[in-house]
Amino acid sequence: MDSKRLLKDRLAGRVMFVLTVLSGLLVFVMAIGLYQRSRPILAIKSLRELLFSTSWHPLKGEFGFLPFIMGSLWVTGVAVVIAIPLCLLTSVYLSEYASRYVREWTKPLIDLLAGIPSVIYGVWGVLVVVPLIKDHIAPLFGTFSSGYSILAGGIVLAIMVFPIIIHVSSEVFRSVPYELREASLSLGATKWQTVKYVVLRKAMPGVIAAVVLGLSRAFGETMAVLMVAGNVAKVPSSVLDPAYPLPALIANNYGEMLSVPLYDSALLLASLILLAVVLFFNVIARVVLIRVERSIQ
Amino acid sequence: MDRRRIEERIFKGLMIFSTLVILSALVLILATVIVKGLPAMNVAMITQTPKGGYYLGKEGGILNAIVGSVYLAGGATVLSILVSLPVVLYLNVYAKKGSRLVSFTRFSFDVLWGVPSIVYGAFGFTIMLFFGLRASLLCGIIAVGLLVLPIMSRAMDEVIRMIPKELLDASYSLGATRFETAFKVVVRQALPGILTAVLIGFGRGIGDAASVIFTAGFSDSIPYSLLRPAATLPLAIFFQLGTPFVEVQDRAYASAFILTVVILVISVASRLLTRRFTRHIVR
Repeated sequence: MDSKRLLKDRLAGRVMFVLTVLSGLLVFVMAIGLYQRSRPILAIKSLRELLFSTSWHPLKGEFGFLPFIMGSLWVTGVAVVIAIPLCLLTSVYLSEYASRYVREWTKPLIDLLAGIPSVIYGVWGVLVVVPLIKDHIAPLFGTFSSGYSILAGGIVLAIMVFPIIIHVSSEVFRSVPYELREASLSLGATKWQTVKYVVLRKAMPGVIAAVVLGLSRAFGETMAVLMVAGNVAKVPSSVLDPAYPLPALIANNYGEMLSVPLYDSALLLASLILLAVVLFFNVIARVVLIRVERSIQ
Repeated sequence: MDRRRIEERIFKGLMIFSTLVILSALVLILATVIVKGLPAMNVAMITQTPKGGYYLGKEGGILNAIVGSVYLAGGATVLSILVSLPVVLYLNVYAKKGSRLVSFTRFSFDVLWGVPSIVYGAFGFTIMLFFGLRASLLCGIIAVGLLVLPIMSRAMDEVIRMIPKELLDASYSLGATRFETAFKVVVRQALPGILTAVLIGFGRGIGDAASVIFTAGFSDSIPYSLLRPAATLPLAIFFQLGTPFVEVQDRAYASAFILTVVILVISVASRLLTRRFTRHIVR
């Protein structure tokens, strides 16, 4: 009887251990799987040529990723520029100024923003942001734009990364010890001075990590960007130009990719590049956040 | 008064302004979907599959996509629970405190959480090629299951970590094994949190499009087997919006409305559940 219970305990332990190790290794398995499939194209072309060539003609066997990489960088850049000030001010407000009541009402709403599927953001972008840019913003600068542009992608992405940046940076602000604030306030500093010189300074690495997490989410976001960015395979030169970010390229060509030689390999290489960039940013941000957490304890 | 006070006022004003901007973005998105989607709703949308010429504006509905999405997200959620619950219990009950494996696994989930869904889709596609499968419900379930895994595990881990150590010690001291402690004490104690995690996972699964675009395919009929392609709600929205016909675009708005309602219901349900299922909790 007792040995049966112990056996069950051990057996379950083994199974759980194996599952834990496997899921811990998942990210490596993903990278290896994608690498295996992108080898055919890497065997013919150098990575450098693929990354820095602007000529994208799959039928002629030319796969230059530069327009797409630049498209991703532009869209992500615009999103981050919009998101940083709004998110920082909001998270300072929520963690330092707002009453408990306001905080408890705001948090679920921001969680809800995080839960809205990206297609819905895309639909909203098409219905509201794109016409806004076409009819009001582009004429303001005396140019024409179809509205499907980097700016549209950037605005939609900014809203999509709000919850991540706010969530992580509020947590970082909250982890700054209260004694520090009290010390500053007792010296006669105003609340804003305390925030500016004590809280923000202490929280800076964590805030940067929060922004980096938001940035990498924006870099990999697919559907919403695919719907509003315009998808023209050219290196953009202004925020009112259309762009064709890397994730949109992958998602948009799943139909043709098996009928053109090397096309599938090129797209899976694009996914591998995306994975590598996002992993790089995520690992750095997470390491910084762990450091911040430790330095406070 | 002095400059410090003015600066304080200005920045406080800016902060309230930003908070309002962010909240109004949410309101604006929901309002747009409701205003555009509600008038386009009709019974046929949710009770019929697309008939011939549906994408040209003829009759039919998107029952195929609704059922497909529920199957897909349901399957992915089950798959993800089967992996994440044991893993999280291992991390919190079986593993030694402060072991390398524990911190490595947590770190790995944090990183996986940030991997874009299109990459899960592409990885699912490589699995498909490896096993020689075609785009199907099964492949979609695998891709979405992997996508949901880190989300669900992190959410579960966060609640289970909060359980007081004394509770485990009390269970051990009565002679319970770790297995019994894990399933009879820890799971029960963390049940509301676990259910919330499951709902969050389901919500993510039902709303994700990029991971199923390669793996689940699309079909106008309701899938009757795991090896059949399945339509999903987000992709249905995307395809309908992409057609040049106003009638079909209106249906895209109606579909967006349906998806939004599903997400809202899930989010409210998870909040209610958290309040309801607290009776087994030792305080």
